[in-house]
Amino acid sequence: MSGSLTPMRPQPSEATFRVAVVGGGPSGFYAAEGLLRSALPIAVDMFDRLPTPFGLVRSGVAPDHPKLKQVAAVFDRIAHTPGFRYVGGVAIGEDVPLETLRASYHAVILATGAMVDRRMGVPGEGLAGSRSAGEFVGWYNGHPDYSHLRFDLSSERAVVVGHGNVALDVARILLKTADELRHTDIAEHALGALAESRIREVHVVGRRGPCETRFSPKELHEFSDLTSCEPALDEDDLAPHSFASPANAGPDTRAALGMLEAFARGPRTKPRRCVFRFHLDPIAIEGDGRVERAMFRRTRCGEGDAGAELVAIECGLLFSSIGRRSAPLAGAPYDEARGVHANIEGRVVAASAVVPGLYVCGWSKRGPEGTIGANRACSAGTVERVLADLASLAAPPLAAERLIAGAAPRSGSVVDYAAWKRIDAAEVERGRRAGKPREKFVTIGEMIDVGGRRADACCR
Amino acid sequence: MAYVVTDLCCGCRYTECVTVCPVECFHVDETMTYIDPDNCIDCGGCVPVCPVGAIQASYLLAPDKVSWIEINRARSAETPTIISKLPPLPTAEERRKALSA
Ligand SMILES: Cc1cc2nc3c(=O)[nH]c(=O)nc-3n(C[C@H](O)[C@H](O)[C@H](O)COP(=O)(O)OP(=O)(O)OC[C@H]3O[C@@H](n4cnc5c(N)ncnc54)[C@H](O)[C@@H]3O)c2cc1C
Ligand code: SF4
Ligand code: SF4
Repeated sequence: MSGSLTPMRPQPSEATFRVAVVGGGPSGFYAAEGLLRSALPIAVDMFDRLPTPFGLVRSGVAPDHPKLKQVAAVFDRIAHTPGFRYVGGVAIGEDVPLETLRASYHAVILATGAMVDRRMGVPGEGLAGSRSAGEFVGWYNGHPDYSHLRFDLSSERAVVVGHGNVALDVARILLKTADELRHTDIAEHALGALAESRIREVHVVGRRGPCETRFSPKELHEFSDLTSCEPALDEDDLAPHSFASPANAGPDTRAALGMLEAFARGPRTKPRRCVFRFHLDPIAIEGDGRVERAMFRRTRCGEGDAGAELVAIECGLLFSSIGRRSAPLAGAPYDEARGVHANIEGRVVAASAVVPGLYVCGWSKRGPEGTIGANRACSAGTVERVLADLASLAAPPLAAERLIAGAAPRSGSVVDYAAWKRIDAAEVERGRRAGKPREKFVTIGEMIDVGGRRADACCR
Repeated sequence: MAYVVTDLCCGCRYTECVTVCPVECFHVDETMTYIDPDNCIDCGGCVPVCPVGAIQASYLLAPDKVSWIEINRARSAETPTIISKLPPLPTAEERRKALSA
């Protein structure tokens, strides 16, 4: 029974359109929902390279944001819609070529997210102690690609380059006390390491000014409420009108600016600090064998002194958090400039000609922007295109059942939704004993063991 | 905490907000939308997409808007959910212009 998967539902009838969704994150689930809600007879198989579904809701969203993770209940409901099937532990492009997948379904929707961290491209980026935010986030969230990493938390100061919400997550997790994290679903190894951390100050550094950040007010607000840490600004970075709202600013921009302005005047009484730094462009990371300082050039616009002044920040750890792009997938044209699968409004295109039956949604369609729900509108748009095209698409020459049965993933097994529910229940039970909502399994081997479908159990 | 639709939405009802809510917790009546505070997961995604700035986090509400917390709770219990975009009310375009002027 190597790699076999018992169909959870009756085989779809011949009249049914078969659609494969590649990626079990929010956009993949919202695409499946749109397809299954439509009036057409459609069966959806969702593939993910991991045994566990939910993409960045599981491995990106910070452990101290439990309320957001309740969105998983919506995905769970979608997964129980008749016609839906989950095929976890199968990486398209590695375990199964995209071409074979396309030949087994009427249509394929790529929902592969943005797994690759952008690099700053400055000298010294490869030094020990220089990391990407994505590696740290994956580590504390127990993503099996990153759970083996080690971070040296023995210095007093860390630098995070980037002014988006991911940078705020990284800074907050570094600055919270172990007691503030203990009852979250943070991975056990990360909690242990962070409890020993000597980091007392994190500088969150951006190239632009306070009115040009991508911080959401909600995430900024959390810094005024931490047990042992308070937010601060550095006066040297500010100009007289740094906090003036641009004329067309929306409510979020105004709220974020107001909070940063309040941080600048806040008290200094707690032992840890998060310092928001502005108008600093990274030019090098320096140190003897490992990170000792980060070098920036001051870029204050409109002052005539841009580029004149160099600023050094001593630190033992540096994270770049300057964006992500989609991992290219063999067989899908890639848009280098945007860092996504090349597409026009969700239809994949090669040199502006539509590739029939191939679509894209979510972060791999429009880049890493917007909240979880933005993917709902995004996937709904792609599904509209699929529904419009389906009747004209050729019937697949190959059988999806054969493809699934023959998928030989790294782990030697595939995980269906019932197996994921067993993994889920086991994680929740482990968490209950530790006073946490969940204690994740952090290796694929453990997940597959618990899912109960390990085909090569004898050779462990 | 939850997010709250305020009276700026009245007579406008662009339903941009509804399309980005990950948990479908918007409700609607003839004049405006409401957020069900028990289902809202505080993602904040609906705030920037509302063309008239009608939605705000409850803790950021101006004093004269605080009463909308209770109105959202009460009206969302009495009205149907809305899961996709509605055609804007006939007065919408006018309202948007008036509010952005
Ligand atoms: C650190 C971080 C924190 C965030 N915090 C928040 C927050 O607080 N609030 C909020 O609203 N949003 C947050 N987001 C944004 C949110 O997570 C994204 O909007 C959303 O996850 C994007 O959905 P997606 O489906 O496009 O991609 P993803 O969630 O990345 O899902 C992609 C899926 O595809 C799978 N996959 C990739 N390649 C393949 C392949 N070749 N074969 C099979 N499967 C594959 C991956 O394993 C993954 O499961 C955060 C994002 C990050 C990075
Ligand atoms: S987008 Fe704004 S104005 Fe439109 S319905 Fe939603 S809250 Fe009301
Ligand atoms: S904050 Fe998020 S969950 Fe709450 S109503 Fe707005 S979009 Fe929906």
